[in-house]
Amino acid sequence: MSRSRLQEAAVHLVLWVAVLFALYPVMWVTTQALSGGGATEGRIIPWPATPSLDHFTAVIGRVTDEGVWLFGLQLLNSVVVSAATALTAIGIATPAAYALSRFRFVGAEGATRTLLATQMFPGVAASIPLYLLLDGAGLLDTRTGLVLVYATSAVPFAIFQLRGAFDAIPRELEEAAMVDGATRFVAFVRVVLPAVRPALAITALFAFMSAWNEFILAATFLTSEDLYTLPILLNRYASEHDSNFGHFAAGAIVVSVPVMLLFYALQRQLVSGLTAGGVKG
Amino acid sequence: MASLSLQGIQKSLGGQPILRGVDLEVATGELVVLVGPSGCGKSTLLRTVAGLESPDGGVVRIGARDVTRLPPRDRDLAMVFQSYALYPHLTVRENLAFGLKLRGTSAATITERTDEVAQMLGLGPLLDRFPRDMSGGQRQRVAMGRAIVRRPSLFLFDEPLSNLDAALRADVRVEIKRLHQRLGATMLYVTHDQVEAMTLASRLVVLRAGQVEQVGPPLEVYARPVSRFVAAFLGSPAMNFLEADLGSGRLRAPGLDVVVPQPAVGGDVPGPVLVGIRAHDVVPAKGARADVRLRVEVLEAMGFEAYAHGHVGDAPFVARLEGDAARGITVGDELGLDVAAGSVHLFDRQTGRTLR
Ligand SMILES: Nc1ncnc2c1ncn2[C@@H]1O[C@H](COP(=O)(O)OP(=O)(O)O)[C@@H](O)[C@H]1O
Ligand SMILES: [Mg+2]
Repeated sequence: MSRSRLQEAAVHLVLWVAVLFALYPVMWVTTQALSGGGATEGRIIPWPATPSLDHFTAVIGRVTDEGVWLFGLQLLNSVVVSAATALTAIGIATPAAYALSRFRFVGAEGATRTLLATQMFPGVAASIPLYLLLDGAGLLDTRTGLVLVYATSAVPFAIFQLRGAFDAIPRELEEAAMVDGATRFVAFVRVVLPAVRPALAITALFAFMSAWNEFILAATFLTSEDLYTLPILLNRYASEHDSNFGHFAAGAIVVSVPVMLLFYALQRQLVSGLTAGGVKG
Repeated sequence: MASLSLQGIQKSLGGQPILRGVDLEVATGELVVLVGPSGCGKSTLLRTVAGLESPDGGVVRIGARDVTRLPPRDRDLAMVFQSYALYPHLTVRENLAFGLKLRGTSAATITERTDEVAQMLGLGPLLDRFPRDMSGGQRQRVAMGRAIVRRPSLFLFDEPLSNLDAALRADVRVEIKRLHQRLGATMLYVTHDQVEAMTLASRLVVLRAGQVEQVGPPLEVYARPVSRFVAAFLGSPAMNFLEADLGSGRLRAPGLDVVVPQPAVGGDVPGPVLVGIRAHDVVPAKGARADVRLRVEVLEAMGFEAYAHGHVGDAPFVARLEGDAARGITVGDELGLDVAAGSVHLFDRQTGRTLR
């Protein structure tokens, strides 16, 4: 029995409303970003009254009094900090997760539970001890310090994710490799790692994104403007004095684009990562 | 090619003794099948030979070498896993070449050998496929190819056919036997399937709860099982067992009255025994008296043969009948059967050992 055209149309209508509902804020921000002059308050249809790229050029082209391209610096900071966080998380979590997945040793269960427990605390809860630690290490107001701080929360999560991925890889895979002539390490590198590549990609992406979007800790530990990451810059445009919604909107779009591009680039991996349990010999 | 020798292999897992002193010899070029019910320790034993488990006690020798403490890669053996364990990110060609590459074989030799094995197993058209794009039967071939291509001195198989459907299993079984003859390879083959065990083995090793129960050529083990366990495990349908009393040269139980056929069985000491009769060792009785009286409850007729299921006394019993003999039998009949000469098995009721 086929559905009537009317029913079909009704379904589509509902879907369109849902899409509109989800996209409306995004369209509104886009409108703000593309509108010249002041804010477009009171408009219902999100379409710029006087289209212009002024906000974008202002945000992107921002330079200090000494002529340093501030936006470029801060974009670089964000990229460097986020990428370093992702690399650190993967670098530490991969061997740890593999060990937890494959070997039985004293404390393995306790370690896993502790890792889980750390995930229950919001990162901010640790901000004061972290502040003191960074201060003691002379790493306050440095990108290295921020990366370390981000890694403290990214690593446990990554271990958790990757352990699940390793658990889904049958042991027989690396055993076959070891019978074939590999050491355990070679079996790990040549057989196990390629098999968990989708999970590695997802985990790295999550670590990257959480660092990319993080604001509170960055604002706490960074004081020099030339070390700021982009969320701090965005906050500036939305704060009480100096607020400029047009700049804020343009900045928000600029900050979102790289993450969206990453998502598209890794889309295939993401999909297969979600079905990682299907990796079978 | 090399021989394999296991002496007193012991292994506990999770505090449970899994292997309790296994001795086993596989001669050069021999295909020995290790058979036993699920959980009796077959895989553990095979993994111990491969070096994936290290034994708590005992010695593993391949040829003249004591390999007990060597890692798998230094044992010069290949293993075909039950799940095949193909490398999912590599094509068939790369799967085959993996082991050779690790051992630094030259590219020319690798190509030559993979081509040869692909030819042998009909893998040619699959060489550029990934494991996920292949059927179970094709993967199984690749797993065998991956073992063969390395030319190891010993092959280990862990239930390689258990994931195939029945028809394919029969084909591959024949193919493995053919490969064994062609390669002249030393093989240790594990299965819980008694048909595989009977058809493949040059020698059969029956494993029971981590110990070797019986070793011998398959037909020999089948005809002269050392215990009720072996007798029940080999043969399909399984052997029928009846509790009977031995006295004055006869075995008696409700529905059973048969002459003790073999001379001096069990020393002819009167008393309770366990009688074993295979389904195909009975024929319909000619006259009025019969060795066995079977109440037929279910009849499976397949034309050339038929299986009559029912009870003898209180004991369940299955009889195999020739197609002609089965005609005219109906459910509810009491069927008189005679046992073929020399095919009554006697076991000790307590220990389950065969009485001779
Ligand atoms: N890692 C382990 N820890 C504890 N028990 C195990 C472990 N591996 C296997 N076993 C037990 O050992 C017994 C033998 O297992 P296995 O050798 O796989 O038997 P089979 O291959 O004959 O079916 C089983 O009872 C199984 O539950
Ligand atoms: Mg097994």
